[in-house]
Amino acid sequence: MIELDNVAYSYGGGELFSSVSMSLSPGSFHFLTGPSGAGKTTLLKLCYGELLPTAGQARLFGVDARSMGRDDVALIRRRIGVVHQDCQFLDHLTLTENVALPLSTTGKDVAAEMDNLRDLLGWVGLSQQAGQFPPELSGGERQRAALARAIIMSPDVILADEPTGNVDWDMSQRLLTLLIELNKMGKTILIATHDLNLIRTAKSQVSSRVLRLKDRRLWAAGADL
Amino acid sequence: MRPSQVISDIVQTFRMDPNGDRVVPPTGFTARLTLFSSAAMAFLAVFAMALSLATGRLADRWSDELARTSTLRISVPEGQMQAQTTAALRILETTEGIAEARALTSEDQKALLAPWFGPDLAVETLPIPQLIEIVETDDGYDAENLRLRLAAEVPGAVLDDHTRWRKPLAQAAARLRGLAFVSMVLIALTTGAMITLAANAALSANTQVIRVLRLVGAQDNFIARAFIRRFTLRGLFGAAIGTVAGILAVALLPKADTAGGFLTGLGLQGWHWLWPFVIPPLAAIVAFVATRLAAYRTLKERS
Ligand SMILES: Nc1ncnc2c1ncn2[C@@H]1O[C@H](COP(=O)(O)OP(=O)(O)OP(=O)(O)O)[C@@H](O)[C@H]1O
Ligand SMILES: [Mg+2]
Repeated sequence: MIELDNVAYSYGGGELFSSVSMSLSPGSFHFLTGPSGAGKTTLLKLCYGELLPTAGQARLFGVDARSMGRDDVALIRRRIGVVHQDCQFLDHLTLTENVALPLSTTGKDVAAEMDNLRDLLGWVGLSQQAGQFPPELSGGERQRAALARAIIMSPDVILADEPTGNVDWDMSQRLLTLLIELNKMGKTILIATHDLNLIRTAKSQVSSRVLRLKDRRLWAAGADL
Repeated sequence: MRPSQVISDIVQTFRMDPNGDRVVPPTGFTARLTLFSSAAMAFLAVFAMALSLATGRLADRWSDELARTSTLRISVPEGQMQAQTTAALRILETTEGIAEARALTSEDQKALLAPWFGPDLAVETLPIPQLIEIVETDDGYDAENLRLRLAAEVPGAVLDDHTRWRKPLAQAAARLRGLAFVSMVLIALTTGAMITLAANAALSANTQVIRVLRLVGAQDNFIARAFIRRFTLRGLFGAAIGTVAGILAVALLPKADTAGGFLTGLGLQGWHWLWPFVIPPLAAIVAFVATRLAAYRTLKERS
């Protein structure tokens, strides 16, 4: 579904990583770890067309990201749910409206999806906060809302950048369970995280691969985990 | 942009659910500024339009009068009348710019004088001058030259070209009408420029909003429409307010009367009152096009 082929990314300050190859096949479950600043977020951005690789090729659903126009990228993003590390909400809309944003921007009838929306908010434990605005929410609540928004469109692929960074252990277990459920429904999942405990817990419930971004390369993590 | 495309675009833009509007946060200040300036521009447009229509009327009326004849009056003792009239007619016939010259018969002259002296006047017994009616060609004749020739050969003739002085006035009126029209075009362009500035300000103020919309899969059309709809409606409402105010102001001008002449004729008359009502839709079209151009340019730049 998403393939990085010998990809490198450099910016003004130098090369962040190179020779990175990765393939997210349908229904797979991946973790991405690595020290802070290694480029995990950047790698995810290459996966949803926010950034283009400076070398190599990123193929999103079989199409070279470099050959896509803005509107093509928009269409691709409807099939990839992203939990952004910094959430990316519209502060003047309520939590419910934010979670429903992918529906309203693609012309779907939000009112008809209201039941789904309510269930989803219940799942991530935000029923009470539905009418609040993002700045009024805690970091963990925002992350849960971001996850809810990422899956509202029932995308084929879910890319989650530190989805459990600010939540307590119980809640992170709950979010993990949600992502595992989605994976069992056939969704492709990639989670970038520092949380090795989370990875260990997941490995006992679902077959997954762990990738590590370190020293400007992407490695398959071994038994040290 | 082809016209059919513009129309389908307009339909698309305004058919969308009102939810679409919420994605761009309301900005009280630019909204009020846009509203105010399109109202002010519409107000000015009403005056430019009234001026254009009124001067148009004046130009038409004065040009009509120009087409009328001038007259040559021959006042000489009875005995020489016939000879001088013939001489005058001969000169007029050979003058460039004169289409027709006709000596009025005594019947004609009687009819002219009847309002003052009654129908039973014996014209023949009175020492009244002989009148010759002159019809000019479109180019007109050289009045000075004609006067000189007449003075030499028909000393008793007086050329009365009283309507000719209006020619420069009619030209001025036509020029004024042109200027009023240019003003309206300038007002439309200024409105477009202001809306462009306001739309650009709104687009840059909402960089983050646009970014988030992109992240959740919004295409250019969706994002652009949210802005276009807003500014088109503001342009429309602002212009509607300004137009109504302008119409009231024109209606409150002193009534046109015979004594007032030019100045009081500046208002609108008859069905011309309908013309200002095209201003709000025009303003909306200008706002639509301006915002559309600004939005797509911005979206393209920040790809
Ligand atoms: N365009 C750019 N300009 C400047 N610096 C950049 C650019 N892109 C990436 N970087 C730098 O690259 C590094 C990697 O950033 P990135 O957010 O991908 O790391 P990360 O692995 O997600 O870190 P964290 O675990 O803290 O989230 C950072 O040091 C960042 O400052
Ligand atoms: Mg990161």
